[in-house]
Amino acid sequence: MIRTVDAAKVSDTVAKLCVEANFKAPKDVVDALARALRAERSPLGKDILRTLRENIRIAAADKVAMCQDTGMAVVFLEVGQDLHVAGGALAKAVNAGVRKGYAEGYLRKSVVDPLTRANTGDNTPAIIHTEIVPGRLLRITVAPKGFGSENMSAIRMFNPTVSRDQVEEFVVGCVRDAGARPCPPTVVGVGIGGTFEHAALLAKKALLVPLGEKQARADLAAVERSLLAKINALGIGPGGLGGATTALAVRALAHPTHIAGLPVAVNICCHALRHASAVL
Amino acid sequence: MKAKKLTTPLTQGKALSLKAGDRVLLSGTVYTARDQAHKRMTETLIEGRDLTFIPPGATIYYAGPAPARPGRPIGSCGPTTSARMDAFAPALMAAGVRGMIGKGERGGNVVDAIKTFKGVYFAAAGGAGALLARRVKSARVVAYEDLGPEAVRELVVDDLPLIVAIDAHGNNLFERKKR
Repeated sequence: MIRTVDAAKVSDTVAKLCVEANFKAPKDVVDALARALRAERSPLGKDILRTLRENIRIAAADKVAMCQDTGMAVVFLEVGQDLHVAGGALAKAVNAGVRKGYAEGYLRKSVVDPLTRANTGDNTPAIIHTEIVPGRLLRITVAPKGFGSENMSAIRMFNPTVSRDQVEEFVVGCVRDAGARPCPPTVVGVGIGGTFEHAALLAKKALLVPLGEKQARADLAAVERSLLAKINALGIGPGGLGGATTALAVRALAHPTHIAGLPVAVNICCHALRHASAVL
Repeated sequence: MKAKKLTTPLTQGKALSLKAGDRVLLSGTVYTARDQAHKRMTETLIEGRDLTFIPPGATIYYAGPAPARPGRPIGSCGPTTSARMDAFAPALMAAGVRGMIGKGERGGNVVDAIKTFKGVYFAAAGGAGALLARRVKSARVVAYEDLGPEAVRELVVDDLPLIVAIDAHGNNLFERKKR
């Protein structure tokens, strides 16, 4: 049986998620900041962590976005193969939702033409990643991405004989070079394997894995632990003003790759790790 | 350590009294400007014209605020990455800008300019746009309205919480903390 979902419902849901993601920090992030504040010893670092926690509270109270960079809207769609979207094109419906959400939420319109730099005026188009999955449901995740952190991302095509240490040094080097620019404490997403573009997508998807969720692969969990220890030994700290909390977490995803190579992508996200999901 | 109260415009004397690591509560007038505004302002200076909308001793806030809800002066209003303005900052300081507010490290050229022109670079908490917005009392566009969120806005601020990151003596908080 094919199930039908109205395109207008998709738009309304996307609009709501754009606002929610920008106003409300996910609970795992709030918990991680609390843990970081308990562990941090640097006085200026503690100051910044306290300010960020207070900012989350004020954003919710004042109905103001946590950050003025309300991002480019990255939208993940998991479309059940037994689902039919009626009343308009799916991508159009998503962009209509972004337009509505960014207007109604008083969110900043940050999207421009890449050559003329002319602002599109409504924060569209969104970056849409669509996956066809079994079932009859539509899962929508909106992850607004600010460019303070997005600018610090990188990808490298390694030789297949590269050592784990060299791969880790690449990731740690990205965070070192980024310094205070991506608004530390950050969450570092790492994509290992696949192809050039797939590694980048894995790195972005890694940022959506809940911070508390157990990594399924033991070897990948070891890479995450090792990277987090090395990154937090850099001393960059909250706001780049020194301290032990440069990253709240490292999340990695892996995918089989080719015998000739090893793509590794790093996508850095600020502490707010904004995202919100709904299932239709 | 208690925060120092500071008011704009910044004079040479006020700048010289600040030390990297000081906590500051800044009140008065600051001007938002980011990438495209910096490009235009620098072009104006290269053409030999003055920046009429930015008075001497001004403080520039590297920020592109979110729109205001009705009845509020401004939306979320935190700092953007300062390093992107490094190429433009020394020319603006030569033209009279004394203070800069942003987030993150600055290049050596900016550290030198801060020493030469007796300026100051403040770090605001990156990502704390909602908290910082509460300290903005009014906002009006004074240049480049066509740039939308990147327009130059005159903000009246009250106790904007900042940390002196690079002082007029050349002390650099980011340099010291780097390993």
